[in-house]
Amino acid sequence: MTHPVSDSSAASDATQPDLQASRVAKHYGAFRAVDDLSFEVARGSFFSILGPSGCGKTTLLRMIAGFLEADAGQIHIGGKAMNGVPPNKRPVNMVFQHLALFPMMSVGENVGYGLARRGVAKDEIQRRVGDMLERVSLPGAQNKRVDQLSGGQKQRVAIARSLVLEPTLLLLDEPLGALDLKLREHMKIELKALQAAFGTTFVYITHDQSEALVLSDHVAVMNHGRFEQVGTPQQLYYEPQTPFVAGFVGANNRIAGRATEVHGSTVTLTSAQGLVIPARAIGQIAKGDAVEAFVRPEVARLARQASVLKDAGLPHFSARVESLLFDGANSAVLLREAQSHTEFRIALPQTGEFADLTVGETVAFGFDAQRAVCFAASTTANEHVFS
Amino acid sequence: MLMLLLAPALLWLLGLIVLPHVELGILSMRARVAPRVYEPSLAQFRTFFEEPLYWHTFMRTALMSLAATAITLLLAFPIAWTIAKLVRGQSKAMLFILCLIPFWVSETVRTLGWMILLRESGVLPAFLVWLGVTPAPVELLYHDATILVGLVYTSMLFMVIPLISALESLDDSLIEAAYDLGGNGWSILRQIVIPHAAPGIVAGCIVVFMLTLGNYLTPTLLGGKSSQWFTEQIYTQFITRFNWEQGAAFGFLLLALSTAIVWAGLKLSGQKFGEVMQKT
Repeated sequence: MTHPVSDSSAASDATQPDLQASRVAKHYGAFRAVDDLSFEVARGSFFSILGPSGCGKTTLLRMIAGFLEADAGQIHIGGKAMNGVPPNKRPVNMVFQHLALFPMMSVGENVGYGLARRGVAKDEIQRRVGDMLERVSLPGAQNKRVDQLSGGQKQRVAIARSLVLEPTLLLLDEPLGALDLKLREHMKIELKALQAAFGTTFVYITHDQSEALVLSDHVAVMNHGRFEQVGTPQQLYYEPQTPFVAGFVGANNRIAGRATEVHGSTVTLTSAQGLVIPARAIGQIAKGDAVEAFVRPEVARLARQASVLKDAGLPHFSARVESLLFDGANSAVLLREAQSHTEFRIALPQTGEFADLTVGETVAFGFDAQRAVCFAASTTANEHVFS
Repeated sequence: MLMLLLAPALLWLLGLIVLPHVELGILSMRARVAPRVYEPSLAQFRTFFEEPLYWHTFMRTALMSLAATAITLLLAFPIAWTIAKLVRGQSKAMLFILCLIPFWVSETVRTLGWMILLRESGVLPAFLVWLGVTPAPVELLYHDATILVGLVYTSMLFMVIPLISALESLDDSLIEAAYDLGGNGWSILRQIVIPHAAPGIVAGCIVVFMLTLGNYLTPTLLGGKSSQWFTEQIYTQFITRFNWEQGAAFGFLLLALSTAIVWAGLKLSGQKFGEVMQKT
C-alpha cells in the first residue's frame, strides 16, 4: 500500500521527494521486521515514524542510512537509487540514539570530522564549524571536550556534526530518549526550530507519541513492520483509521462490544457488560458486527447532575468516582459506570468546579457521539485499554 | 590496625624485593682487590662500558625485545579485534581459550616444543623436504628469527588480554557514526579505534617488553650459543664466573634500561602510567 505524502506548498510538483521507498522489506527468517513498505517524504518536511518497541522502525532507519541492506524493494534518496551504496557514500546523515560523539576528539574536531574526511581545506573547515556551532547556539565551543558538555549541548553537537555536511536527509534515532522531561520539552522546541531554519528533510523515529505529534509535519504510525496510517498529527489524532492508531496515539478509552444499531455513520455499540454507547463508524460496519469504540478522555464532559448533559443533547451516563489522578493540566478521574461497571478515564478540568470531587461520589458524564470513533473489531497484539 | 593488615604485604615487599635489591646494589658497587678483600668502587660499571661485547649484547637485547613487542602487537591486534567485536557467544569463548591453551604448560615445555618442531631432525624441516622446498633438512634453530618466534608465541596472551578489554569498551555506534560521516576503514582505525585503545595497547606493550627483555629461557634455548641475550650474560657472571659483583651491576643496568625505555614509550604515546596499568 502506498502512502504518498506531498507537501501542500506550490513547489512540490516540480521538486522530487527527498526520500522514496518502494516495497522495502527485511526478513529475519520467518519474522518480517519490515513488511513491504512504500512511502515518500517531501523535501524540507519533518517526517516521524511512530511505533512501539519492536515494530521495525529502527530496522527501517538503518536501511535508509545504509547499515542494513533491504531484502526487497528500492530506496531512492534525492532521486538516486541507493541499492548497494555504503553508508559513507550516501547523502544521508544520522543522529544516533546515544549520540555517538567521539570522546577522543574535541567538539570542533567532532563537528569537522565529516568535512575532514571529504578533504576540505583546514581553514574552510574551521570557518564552517564555527558557523554551525553558532547556529546551534554553542558559539566558541570548539575546544571543549565532549565530557564537559551537558545533555542538551551534546545533542546540539551531534546535530551540528551531521548538518554541517548539508545532507539531503537527516535521520534521528530517538535522540531525546535519554534526556529528562524538562530538557526533552526544551529540545523538542529546539529541534523544530532547527529543522525550520535549516530546511533539511528530517526523518525522526520515536516511540513517544508526544514527540511525534509536536515535531512533525507528517507522522507514520508503524506496527509489526507495516504503516498503519500516515498523515498529519491532527489527522492521526482526530481521524484514526485503525484501532491500533486510535489506541496508540493519545490516551483513549476502548470499549468492545457489538453493533446493535447502525444509522448511516452512527453506530450504537452494546458491550458484553450492557453498556450502550453511540459512536461514529470508521469503515464499513454492519449490524451485529463485533466492534470496538474509542472515546478520548478530553472528549467526555463531567457534570454533577445528568440534567446538564441532557439539556445539551448529549448521551449521558452515571458513574462512581473510583480514583482521582492529579497531574496538573493532564488531571484525570477514573470512573466506573453505574450499570455496566465499565471503567472510564475522563479528563478533569482544572477550572475549579470539580476541585471538591471525592472518591466514591456519583457524577454524570457524556460525550458527543461524533467525536467517538468505532471500528470493526480486529485482533492486534498491542491493544491497550487505556494508553 | 592498618599496619597489622598491611604487615604481610609490607613484609613480602621489604624482605623479598627491597632488601635483596639493596644487597645487590651494595654488591655492584664494590670490587675484589685481593682474596676476600673488597673495596667500594665503580669498576663493575666501568667494565660494562669498556668491554664492547657487553653493551653490544645490551643494545641487541633491547632492539630485539622492541621488535618482538612490535610483532606481537601487529599479530595480536586482529585477534583481539575479532574476539572483541566480530564474534559472539560460543565462538568468542572458543577463540579466547585457543589463546590461553599454550599457557597450560610451563614456558620450558613450550620452548622445548618449538625445539622439537624446528630442529634439524624435527617436524618442520622434514615437512619442507617432503614438500620439495629444500633438498635436505635445514637447521631452523639458533637463528634470531627463531628467538623472535619463541618470544612472540610466549607473549601473545599478555598482549591480547589488555587489547580485548580496551576494544570491548569501544561503542559500536562510534564506528557506525564515523562511517556515516564519510570515514573509511583505514581512517576509522587510525582516528577512532587506535586512540580509544591506546591505554590498552601501551599496557600490553609494557608487559610484553618487560617480559621479553628479562626472559632467560626462551632466547637461550632457541638461540643457543649465538643468542647473545643480556640475561644470559648476567647468568654467566653469577653462575659460571662466580662474579656476583659484575652480575649485580649488569642486573641494575638491565633494570635501568627497561625503566628508560618504558618511560620513553609512555612519553611518546602520551599515556600516563597509572591509567595504563588500570587496563592490564
